[in-house]
Amino acid sequence: MELLIQSLIYGILIGGLYAIIGIGMTLIMGVLGIINLAHGQLMMVAMYITWILWQYASIDPYMSIFITIPIVFLLGQGISKFLLFPLIKKESILPENQVLMTVGIGMVLVEFARSLFASDYRSVRTGYSESSIHLGNISLHVPLVIAFVIAVIFTFALFVLLMKTDLGRSIRATAQDREAATLMGVSAKKITIFTYGLGSALVATAGVLLLPVYYLFPDVGPVFTVKAFVITILGGLGSPIGAIAGGLVLGIAETFGATYISMGYRDAVGLVIFILVLVFMPGGLKQLTKI
Amino acid sequence: MLVVNKLNMGYKDLHVLWDVTFNVDEGQIVVLVGSNGAGKSSILKTISGLQKPLSGVIDFAGEPLSNVLPEEIIKRGIVHIPEGRRLFNEMTVEENLLMGSLHGEAKKRRKNTIEEVCDFFPRLKERYKQNAGTLSGGEQQMLAVARGLMSLPKLLMLDEPSLGLAPFLVQEIFDIIKKINEQGITILLVEQNVQTSLTFCNRAYVLENGRIVLSGTGKELLHNNHVKSAYLGL
Repeated sequence: MELLIQSLIYGILIGGLYAIIGIGMTLIMGVLGIINLAHGQLMMVAMYITWILWQYASIDPYMSIFITIPIVFLLGQGISKFLLFPLIKKESILPENQVLMTVGIGMVLVEFARSLFASDYRSVRTGYSESSIHLGNISLHVPLVIAFVIAVIFTFALFVLLMKTDLGRSIRATAQDREAATLMGVSAKKITIFTYGLGSALVATAGVLLLPVYYLFPDVGPVFTVKAFVITILGGLGSPIGAIAGGLVLGIAETFGATYISMGYRDAVGLVIFILVLVFMPGGLKQLTKI
Repeated sequence: MLVVNKLNMGYKDLHVLWDVTFNVDEGQIVVLVGSNGAGKSSILKTISGLQKPLSGVIDFAGEPLSNVLPEEIIKRGIVHIPEGRRLFNEMTVEENLLMGSLHGEAKKRRKNTIEEVCDFFPRLKERYKQNAGTLSGGEQQMLAVARGLMSLPKLLMLDEPSLGLAPFLVQEIFDIIKKINEQGITILLVEQNVQTSLTFCNRAYVLENGRIVLSGTGKELLHNNHVKSAYLGL
């Protein structure tokens, strides 16, 4: 029973991080209409920036949020402005080609990281990296708890942005009907570029928060691109609330898989769920909640 | 107020509008009538910048619109209510109205305008927190018009507002358009509902195969033999 509760809590904590990875992907999906296959790679970039700041400037990973996230936000905006938007503008270019473009961007990012840092595994070990809080027989890994709390705050802030501001409403409106939004005076170009930057910033947040509990190497990106894709499909394409649910489901399922089957099957459990959802509930969790 | 002169427009190798020339004077209701595929919607899309003209001039309030981006058109005082309403279905009535007032004076006065618009369309007030997609067809059309009014337009362009509505609602929509016009907003209306639209407009143009073939006051056209036989079935 304790093992069950322990796994559940661990799953929820990691699920909170998966949720912001998924929300970033789902926002990009909604507005740009493409699957961003460079998503995890952008997270990898954020992790390396955080690692450099820790290694060479001794900046605490959680403090580096204020540096890393703006950098990745600008990087994302640059990518969408100069690499993706020129393709979106031309109607004769199919969306598939933009997806291919994101694959290419992802490859460039990975190989660039490899050329700078080699394929070595790296990690950030802070004073609190190994510390835990004990509640009865349940132990909570401190960095993961901090990560979860920050992830929840960011998610909440994002929802305030999306629901309560003109900018957020313009993002949602553009996702729902690009032409109608244009007629209301929304610059689809600006919104497209901003949304990709926002999605990148969200996944960067997850990267920064994961680094103290995870390890880093150039190929960490593709793994999380796949996870983001699974979360997005689980939640139902284009639904931020669905992405939160999808992130939590994936986090819990992976943890249960690791606990009750085998550590090695952790990622496999996520992919099996992915296939089951596609077969039995192709609309994702959105189908159940209608939001 | 709006002057369209020798406008030509096409999609790739299909030439849609041929030398279309018409004008809309301030305070008037002007109707473009014609059958499916005559090019009515294409004219509105070209005015609002969604389609680029091949040649020709569109002037609004003395200034050319040819190099104005589509998202800037609404700031000039022209609002285009597209065919099929095109609401943001997964947003509430309130959010749809807010989306209509993103810029300038309209944004500053949005609270007042929302109250005015809700007084004008009491049905929307009842449905204020409901998603636009859950409204009935007539309510959706009212919301589309209301969203357009939120931008405090000088010129309101409506693309087939009566499409898909029950006959008694069609009359209601036309009454609403008339009332809006009485408040000083100029109207450019595209309609297939020839009989009704000709009876209440100041001026009308008949469009066939991308060309304007007839023009005149509504009354003149109602008694025109070609209009009678082609559109009114008389």
